[in-house]
Amino acid sequence: MPRVAETLERVFREEHGRIIATLIRLSHSFDIAEEALQEAFLSAAATWERDGMPRNAGAWLTTVAYRKLLDAIRHEKTKTDKLSQLEYEAERLQAQEEFAQSDDTLADPDDRLRLIFTCCHPALGREAQVALTLRTLGGLTTAEIARAFLLPEPTLAQRLVRAKSKIRLARIPYEVPPVESMVERLAAVQAVIYVIFKEGYSATAGDNLVRKDLSTEAIRLGRVLCELLPEPENFGLLALMLLQDSHRETRMNEHGELITLEEQDRSRWDRTEIEEGIRLIETSLPLGRVGNYQIQAAIAAVHAEARTAGETDWPQIVALYKELIRINSSPIVSLNHAAAVAMSEGLEKGLGLIEEVGTNRKLHDYYLFHAARADLLRRLNRSQEAIEAYTRALSLTTNCVERGYLRRRISEVTNNQKLKT
Amino acid sequence: MKYILLIYHNEKTWNAISDSDRQQIYGEYRKLRDQLRDSGQYVDGSQLQPTTTATSVRVRNADELVIDGPFAETHEQLGGYFLIDARNLDDAIAIATRIPSARMGTVEVRPLVE
Repeated sequence: MPRVAETLERVFREEHGRIIATLIRLSHSFDIAEEALQEAFLSAAATWERDGMPRNAGAWLTTVAYRKLLDAIRHEKTKTDKLSQLEYEAERLQAQEEFAQSDDTLADPDDRLRLIFTCCHPALGREAQVALTLRTLGGLTTAEIARAFLLPEPTLAQRLVRAKSKIRLARIPYEVPPVESMVERLAAVQAVIYVIFKEGYSATAGDNLVRKDLSTEAIRLGRVLCELLPEPENFGLLALMLLQDSHRETRMNEHGELITLEEQDRSRWDRTEIEEGIRLIETSLPLGRVGNYQIQAAIAAVHAEARTAGETDWPQIVALYKELIRINSSPIVSLNHAAAVAMSEGLEKGLGLIEEVGTNRKLHDYYLFHAARADLLRRLNRSQEAIEAYTRALSLTTNCVERGYLRRRISEVTNNQKLKT
Repeated sequence: MKYILLIYHNEKTWNAISDSDRQQIYGEYRKLRDQLRDSGQYVDGSQLQPTTTATSVRVRNADELVIDGPFAETHEQLGGYFLIDARNLDDAIAIATRIPSARMGTVEVRPLVE
């Protein structure tokens, strides 16, 4: 019966984070919780096939997983301490009493928040945070995560083992952080979700589906975060992801070549995602706690609202980049600001700003700096300089999609130059 | 749960600090120790003599090898430690951030095997 398999798959994705978050709190162990949930899913596959689907699949799974968890904990206890048989009996009774209560009392609405903050704890490296978040909250298997990140499975498995053992041995708390460290800790959570999104967004035509699915998974995690913590920046992050995702299908052609925003077929942009993104940003901005993601989302919204590239409200984009520089000054933001100025106030003025930004040595080996500069030189018909800048950019990136784009531009400018002479 | 907070700093920078500044930092250290004692989190702690006094010992195939100097030449050197009792890593990190040398050097937080 494919229906059971399909439902199970859907329930697995939807409920994994919620159930495992509770199991980890009850067992104090990622491993025991994972095993219990795994067993519950196996048992669901067998039972549902035979008896049909339960009315509330999530509750069914929680109950069974909890029973498996108690078994595992008891097993651990008897293994480590055979003498405490009495204690074990007493505990067994107590456990049964607890079990008699409904699932509602088992789960705590804060469990998933505890899990998110633990997975994204700053004492874990970013790569470990990402892997752990996908494994526990996303319910992806180790093999799926490895495939999505183009890594050998043992590398990914090792990363997860190390992270889980650090949580256990260094005793990283399973708690929602206190108010005074909330902003910082939330920033780490947002960064992890956005890293997952971008990884999927950069997936190319030849990539496997799991890799592209990372964007969808990141958006799902972004929704969970908004639901649990309705903070303006969380809405900003979700809006940004939706707006970028809306042109995922048009940012590359069928040959896997990069298509710039200007050249994309806007009729193929996903209107549902755009509308939701705009709605989110319109609700969050007036709340007054403006941050990085909200402004980036607002910029993406301005692009999304333009029916053609020519109708883009560049002065508005320049204003938003100015705001972004004010709260988060970085050479890359300044570079984007300069490019927007070029489109709104004149190419020469934009180029001047880019040269100014270029005095920052950090950008000398950054391919996007040279690509942005080359782009303005091309528009100004300064072909020779444009070719030189594109060539410099080409020498600084190994990404084959980006290299393909730069080569295309070089030959375009070279041909135009020949036509003129 | 016990954690050791290993305090690494640059000895050269530390030696270049004026006497009055150093006294002030020592004062901060004493204050932190007293606060940790009051909260019941202090187990042990000390400043270490500089790495110029360090000796490294290895035994290989029953041969003793005694070498002058610290375990490794690094940019920052182990200069002292606190042994503390903390509820979890977040608490240990919170204490580590209160160590004066965290402002100049690095504090490594390591749980003890218990």
